[in-house]
Amino acid sequence: MRLPIDTFRLPNGLFVTLSEDHTAPLVAVNVWYHVGSANEREGRTGFAHLFEHMLFQGSEHVGANEHFELVQRAGGTLNGSTWLDRTNYFETVPSNQLALALWLEADRMGRLLPAMTQQKLDTQRDVVKNERRWSVDNQPYGTWWEKLPALAFPPRHPFHHSLIGSMEDLSAASLEDVAQFFATYYTPDNAVLSIAGDFDPGEARRLVQEYYGAIAAGTGRPPLPSMQLPPAFGEWRREVVPDAVMLPRLYLAFRSPVFGSDAYYAASVCGAVLGMRRGSRLHRSLVRERQIAAEASAFTFDLPKGSDLLVIDVTARPGVDAEVLEREVAREVDRLRVEGVTDAEVERAVALIETDFITAMQSAGERADKLSMFATYFGDPRLLNDQVDRYRRVRAADVSAFARERLGPDNRASLLYVPQENDAERAAAASLAATGT
Amino acid sequence: MNATGAPPRPAPGPSRVYHFPRFERLTLQNGLSLVVAPVAKLPVVTVLALVDAGAACDVPGREGVALLTARALAEGTARSDGAELTERFERLGTALDTSTDWDSTALRVTVTPARLAAALTLLAEVLRTPRFPEREVERLKQERLAELLQQRAEPRGLADDMFGRFAYAADSRYALPDGGTEATVSSLNRDAVAQFYGARYAPGSTTLIMVGDVSADAARTIAAEAFGDWSGPAVPTIAVSDRALRSTRAVHVVAKADAPQSELRVGHVGVPRRHPDYFPIIVMNAILGGLFSSRINLNLREAHAYTYGAFSSFDWRRAAGPFTVATAVRSDVTDAALGEIMLEIERMRADAVTDGELSLATSYLDGVFPIRFETTAAIANALASVVSYGLPDDYFDQYRANVRAVTAADVLRVARVHVRPEQLQVVVVGDPDVVREPLEQRALGPVYVYDAEGRAIG
Repeated sequence: MRLPIDTFRLPNGLFVTLSEDHTAPLVAVNVWYHVGSANEREGRTGFAHLFEHMLFQGSEHVGANEHFELVQRAGGTLNGSTWLDRTNYFETVPSNQLALALWLEADRMGRLLPAMTQQKLDTQRDVVKNERRWSVDNQPYGTWWEKLPALAFPPRHPFHHSLIGSMEDLSAASLEDVAQFFATYYTPDNAVLSIAGDFDPGEARRLVQEYYGAIAAGTGRPPLPSMQLPPAFGEWRREVVPDAVMLPRLYLAFRSPVFGSDAYYAASVCGAVLGMRRGSRLHRSLVRERQIAAEASAFTFDLPKGSDLLVIDVTARPGVDAEVLEREVAREVDRLRVEGVTDAEVERAVALIETDFITAMQSAGERADKLSMFATYFGDPRLLNDQVDRYRRVRAADVSAFARERLGPDNRASLLYVPQENDAERAAAASLAATGT
Repeated sequence: MNATGAPPRPAPGPSRVYHFPRFERLTLQNGLSLVVAPVAKLPVVTVLALVDAGAACDVPGREGVALLTARALAEGTARSDGAELTERFERLGTALDTSTDWDSTALRVTVTPARLAAALTLLAEVLRTPRFPEREVERLKQERLAELLQQRAEPRGLADDMFGRFAYAADSRYALPDGGTEATVSSLNRDAVAQFYGARYAPGSTTLIMVGDVSADAARTIAAEAFGDWSGPAVPTIAVSDRALRSTRAVHVVAKADAPQSELRVGHVGVPRRHPDYFPIIVMNAILGGLFSSRINLNLREAHAYTYGAFSSFDWRRAAGPFTVATAVRSDVTDAALGEIMLEIERMRADAVTDGELSLATSYLDGVFPIRFETTAAIANALASVVSYGLPDDYFDQYRANVRAVTAADVLRVARVHVRPEQLQVVVVGDPDVVREPLEQRALGPVYVYDAEGRAIG
């Protein structure tokens, strides 16, 4: 499977990727801005994400919330999301509405500020505070999102602080911040525009030129502090988190090679050997055979700078102590580190990863997003077509070497969630009731 | 060009024709149905085995047995134990995904075409010869109990489950979660699972759906090879009572001390899937709370900033699933947010929607149609709904015309018939110390308070 991929760059620096597929009359438009929570200044945690909300509040020729309405009226789907190092905005529309999607993204890239008002900022600030309550504060284990990066990245490292932001910092955000952030980061030379699906490439180029050509280039992004980190933590950093949860849960993170590097693929396969689906080691051993865990999985953050994280996420079975959970997960990790992995385990992992990848590529929106990602991180969207081969090239020896080097006790950071006292009593009572003893 | 030199907003070009994928239906001699939709786009095939063995078929007192049976299918066969079966699927690059909803159980795999025959052989082994080893059934039961335990601290799932309990009469299967409760799941064992399997899993109650890079001929051949000599009993259809518990409005507070937000569910028993008002209802719901630009979301999120999002939905089942408005709001505005939800529901029934609102809903539902079916898995799920609800074969061919035909008068009529403010049940998972008094003052109905297990505490 090779996707057709074409690219060009406008004089203002906007990088454009195109990938045609005419099997259905729909087209995806996707914009990545190379800015995320990493770029926030001190005292403004959560601002990159709050700013993402403001991009749906209109621009010079688009009313508040009209972006949503116009795309949905056109029969399209849309959203945006904020991550540590990027923010994306995307629409999938019927192919005869490509011009509308491109025009809407251009109007807010070029002319956002005339539509910004204090009232809109105040409303979105409250909406985001509710998003924080919903996804972090009122959700079991919801704080892991900010606690794990805080533990895994040193203070002042761009990935250390909270992406959703503190209530205090959200309150402090001003219209001046909006104007400054926009001028600094939301410029064509700091963005990638991808178009995937059913479109005429000549027409698409013409529209991009017409809508984006006159948007002025930026004056350059301020440099981030150094992202460089040693390959290992140098210790086992532990934090125990009492929370309103019923069952203990362990998040165990390892510093791992950055996304896109050769060593990354071995780390990613190692994560799949450990925790992808029910045939993985952690599931087989801790859930199926020994019945210590109720759920087990592993994943990578896919960070391309500084250091990536490989994270194991395991929830205890009722009646299993947090300490036992941590000890037994560590024992499985140690076994893998000492004994290495087998060819069969690597084959299983790569086969699953490959099917997932092809399945995801059926969606024009997914294709466009991955094109933007490879263009933003590495300047080359064609890397998308190499992904399956890079996974296929991973050998058991590569995975074993990664495990030996990176999974040791000198490279661990763990969050151990434990039920708060009153919840613990209830959990214990319930677990007795459930087992009928 | 206008004053700032920006190009004007473009008009749409001519739209291209789209057809829902052609599919073939046939029945093997043993009664197993086959639906094949060849779609050559990328080299994958999704296989979905749909069995008439959903939660609606649960035996009274053993609620959750349908789900547990589905999960236990791949835990051991005549040939392999559970670990081996998992390994055999995953070496094919696929994980067996099993799900149970109210009306059916579905087993799904997505594989590259070269692995299709092997995957189907394995799927047949799981469906036809499960052994249900006692140890594995017991383990899966304990895992389900762990889910239920965790749910008590998880406000969203808790609100959904409690809503079912307060909306449906106690003798309706819909009153309890589709996966059962702690009490009913605790009563399950290996024999209950084997019995349920014996009663519900047979060629006559199973449809094999294949979508993707496969020809109809090839699909027929490998299906016949894998399933042709399967035999089993006739499986009766089960009817579910969808009777409501109450005919008057009430407020149910499920206590979560110190909750910074209240999870809200507001609704009542809705409409069965095959109701003749289906299309006007989905258009009405889109305007009320189905879209980002719906009345409820623009009011609660964009005008009042009470929430991150607020939506309404009709949950479609063979019998009448619930109509609900769902949102999470800051605790101290719980009563005010409920007041706005009530207002929007009343407004939907008072006056006809504007032309702009109607055209937004219909053009969205019409236009987004091809985007809903980009993947083989999405097409397979759509075909499963045709089978499960007994929709006509040309259902998806007529869908867009049916949406476009809905008028503002239709919308007003179905709002008045199918949304009934006086019967709404309000569920609030939140802090009773903060929400109780304001809710009583707002006088939506009597206010009851429960603990997280649903026991009345006030």
